[in-house]
Amino acid sequence: MRISTPKQLKELQKKFQDRDNKLAKKIIVCHGPGCLASGAEKIYQEFKKILSEKKITGITLEALKKTGCHGLCEKAPLVAIEPDKILYTHVKERHVVDIIEKTIKKNEIIPELLYVDPQTKEKIVRYPDIKFYSHQTRIALRNLGHINAADIDDYIRVGGYQGMVKAVTKMTPEAIIEEISKSGLRGRGGGGFPTGRKWATCRKVEDDTHYVICNGDEGDPGAFMDRAIMEGDPHSVLEGMIIAAFAVGARDGYIYVREEYPLAVINLQIAIEQAREYGLLGEQIMGTYFSFDIQINRGAGAFVCGESSALMKSVAGEVGEPRAKYIRSVVKGLYDKPTVLNNVETYANVPLIIEKGADWFTGIGVKKNSGTKAFSLVGKVRNTGLIEVPMGTTLREIIYDIGGGLIDGRPFKAVQTGGPSGGCLPDTMLDSPVDFDSLTKAGSMMGSGGMIVMDDRTCMVDVAKYFLSFLVSESCGKCNPCREGLYQLYKLAIKISEGRGEEGDLEKMEKLSDMIILGSLCGLGKSGPNPFLSTVRYFREEYLAHIRDKKCPAGVCRELIRFEINDKCDGCTACLMACAYNAITGSKKQPHVINQELCTHCGACVTVCTRNAIDVF
Amino acid sequence: MKQDFTTIPSIIARHPRKASSLIMILQDIQKEFNYLPEEAMRKTAETLEVPMSKVYSVATFYNAFSLVPRGEKLIRVCVGTACHIRGSKVIREQFENELKIKPGETTPDMKYSLEVVGCVGACAMAPVVMINDKYFGSVKTSRIKQLVGKG
Repeated sequence: MRISTPKQLKELQKKFQDRDNKLAKKIIVCHGPGCLASGAEKIYQEFKKILSEKKITGITLEALKKTGCHGLCEKAPLVAIEPDKILYTHVKERHVVDIIEKTIKKNEIIPELLYVDPQTKEKIVRYPDIKFYSHQTRIALRNLGHINAADIDDYIRVGGYQGMVKAVTKMTPEAIIEEISKSGLRGRGGGGFPTGRKWATCRKVEDDTHYVICNGDEGDPGAFMDRAIMEGDPHSVLEGMIIAAFAVGARDGYIYVREEYPLAVINLQIAIEQAREYGLLGEQIMGTYFSFDIQINRGAGAFVCGESSALMKSVAGEVGEPRAKYIRSVVKGLYDKPTVLNNVETYANVPLIIEKGADWFTGIGVKKNSGTKAFSLVGKVRNTGLIEVPMGTTLREIIYDIGGGLIDGRPFKAVQTGGPSGGCLPDTMLDSPVDFDSLTKAGSMMGSGGMIVMDDRTCMVDVAKYFLSFLVSESCGKCNPCREGLYQLYKLAIKISEGRGEEGDLEKMEKLSDMIILGSLCGLGKSGPNPFLSTVRYFREEYLAHIRDKKCPAGVCRELIRFEINDKCDGCTACLMACAYNAITGSKKQPHVINQELCTHCGACVTVCTRNAIDVF
Repeated sequence: MKQDFTTIPSIIARHPRKASSLIMILQDIQKEFNYLPEEAMRKTAETLEVPMSKVYSVATFYNAFSLVPRGEKLIRVCVGTACHIRGSKVIREQFENELKIKPGETTPDMKYSLEVVGCVGACAMAPVVMINDKYFGSVKTSRIKQLVGKG
C-alpha cells in the first residue's frame, strides 16, 4: 500500500487509533538498553506464553507491546500498564502471572513492584507522578516507551509522518528551511550549530547531487540517547531525514550506526523497509517528483568516525581520518558533494517542528537554546536513565529532582558532560543552566548528552587519566599534536596518579594542552585536553594532594592507597568473596583481615561492603 | 568456527562491486569467520580492484576487525565512563584472572576472547559486559565465574 495523500494518512491514523482504543489494557514491556541488559526479553516471552495459553476476555496478544526505552533504567526491567499509566519496576519472570491475574484481570495494584520515592519512601502507582518523569519534557524521546519500534502503523497512530507529509505536500524547501531556522534548532550531537543555517548553505550549493547523512555513531562513552532513539523510534529519524532531503534536494541518504548497536541496525532496517512499502521512501514520494531513499552503514569501531569528515570517509569505505575543513562538508562532503550531516536526536526533533511550527518550539527552552535536550543520566546517581529536559534546566534539578540525588546519600563531587571532549563541573556549578552556551562557558560542553554523576569516591586525576587513555587509543594518528601530545599528557597523568608527580608537572601539562588545542586538525584533538583542563581548573587541590602529599583523597589511585578493615566488620564474607586475589581472610561472623602483601588495592571489597567497614588510607 | 573459504566470493558478491563496499564486505567476512582470513582480504582486494594495502589499512584501522581467529565467545567488558566510575576496572581484571588472558587475546582452546570496549550504550546498568550479542548489566565481581560459563 502506498500513501499518496495527506487525507489517506489521516484515515490510516484514525483506523490505527480505533484499533488501539479497543484494547482494554496494554502491557508495555520496555526493551530499552537498560531493560535488555536486565532480562526484558525473558519477561516478554513469559507474557506472550501466558497470554497465548490463557484466554482472557478483552486481552489479546495485541495488548502486549515491546517498546523502546521507557527511561527509568535503574529500576529495570520495567513493565507499564496502559492506559492506567501504572509502572512496575524490577519485574521478574515470576511476577508475570501476578501482573496478569491481579492488575490486568482485576485492576489490582501489586505494591511490591511499585517505585519507591527515595525521599518520602512513598510507593507511587502512576509513572507521571514520579519526579523522574514529571520534571521532564519529551520531544525527541516522545514515543519511547509508548510505541512498538518495529511497527510503522504504531508510529502513524501517534501522529507519525504528519510533519513529513505537510513538508512535502504543502511547503516549499525554502519555507521548511525558514521554519527550521526560526525554530532555533541547534545540532544535538554536541556542536550546537544551527540546523537551519546548515541546510540553507547546502541547498544553495549548485550541484546535481546532494546527500543527507544521519550520524548515529554515538561514540561518547556514557551516552546512549541516540541508541535508544534508533532502537525505540527509528521512524522519527527517517521522517526527519526525509524532510531534510526534501529541503536540500537530496536523493540519497545514509545512516551511519555504531558497530556496538546491533539492535539499532535491525530496527532501522525494518523501519526503512516499512517506509518503502508505504511509499514514504523511494520514488515519487506522496505523488510528487521528490524521490529519496536511505541506506544504513555500520561503523566498525572507531570513535573518530563521529567527526563529520571522518564519518563521510568511512561511508565511502575508507579509513576514517578527518580532513582539514577549509571547505566545509555542507559544500563538499560525501564523495565531494554538498552534504547535510545531522545527529539522530536533531532529526528526531524535526518532524514536530514542521508539524507544530517554530513558535511552538521556541516556546520551550531558553533564548538562543530553544527546545529540549536528551541526556543519559548515569554514574553515581539514584535514578539512572534516559531523560529529556527543556534547555536551561539547572544541573541541580536534573541530578536531584529527576535523578533523586546520589546513591547512598554520598556527597556530590562533580558531573561530567560532553564525553571525552567535555569536562567535569563541581558543586559550585550545580545551579548553572544546561544549554550549549552556559556549559561551554563553564569549561565543559553539551556534547551529545552523556551526563555522568560522580561522588566523593571518584578521583579527578583518575577521571582525567581515564579520558586521556581513551583518546590516546582512539586518536586516528593523522596529526602529531593529537597523536603524540595526548600521549605525553596521558603519561604525565599516570605519573601523578602513581605518586611520582613533581612540582611543575601541572604547568607542563597546561602548556602542552594549549599546544594540542592550537595544533590539532579535528575536534577530537582540539578538545582532547578538556578532561584534564576542566578537572585541574576545578580540582587543582586534588592534583596537588597526589603530587605533594602522595595521597589520593578519593581512595582510587592504587599506588597511593591502602585498605584496612575496621571494627564495624560483622563477618558477612561479602568482601572475602569479592576479592579475586585471596587477600582477605576470616571466618563467618568474625572480623576479617586484609593481607597487605596480596592486596592489589583494586577496591572490589569496598564496593560490596554495606557496613562501611573498610577504611581507605 | 568455519574454515571453509569457498563461501568468500558469495559473501563479496552480496555488495555492489565498488570501493565504497569495502567496510561492509569486511564486516560480513568477519561475521562469517569471526576474523578476517588473509585469503578473504586478498579476494576482496582483487574483486573490488583496490590495492591490498588499502584493504589492510582499513582492516587494521577499525577496532571491530581482527586479523587473528577469535574464540567462540567474545566477552566485551565495557569501560565507558559510567562503567569506569562504577568499577569496570575490577571487572576487567577478574575476567583476565578467570580466563588467564589479557584484552585482545584468545584462550588457547579457542573458546573465549576478551576485549574492552569504549561504551556499549547501556550506561544506566553500569558496569556492563557484553557476551557475543547479549548484554549483562550491574555486573558484580562475584558473578564473573557464572558469566564465563554462560552467555
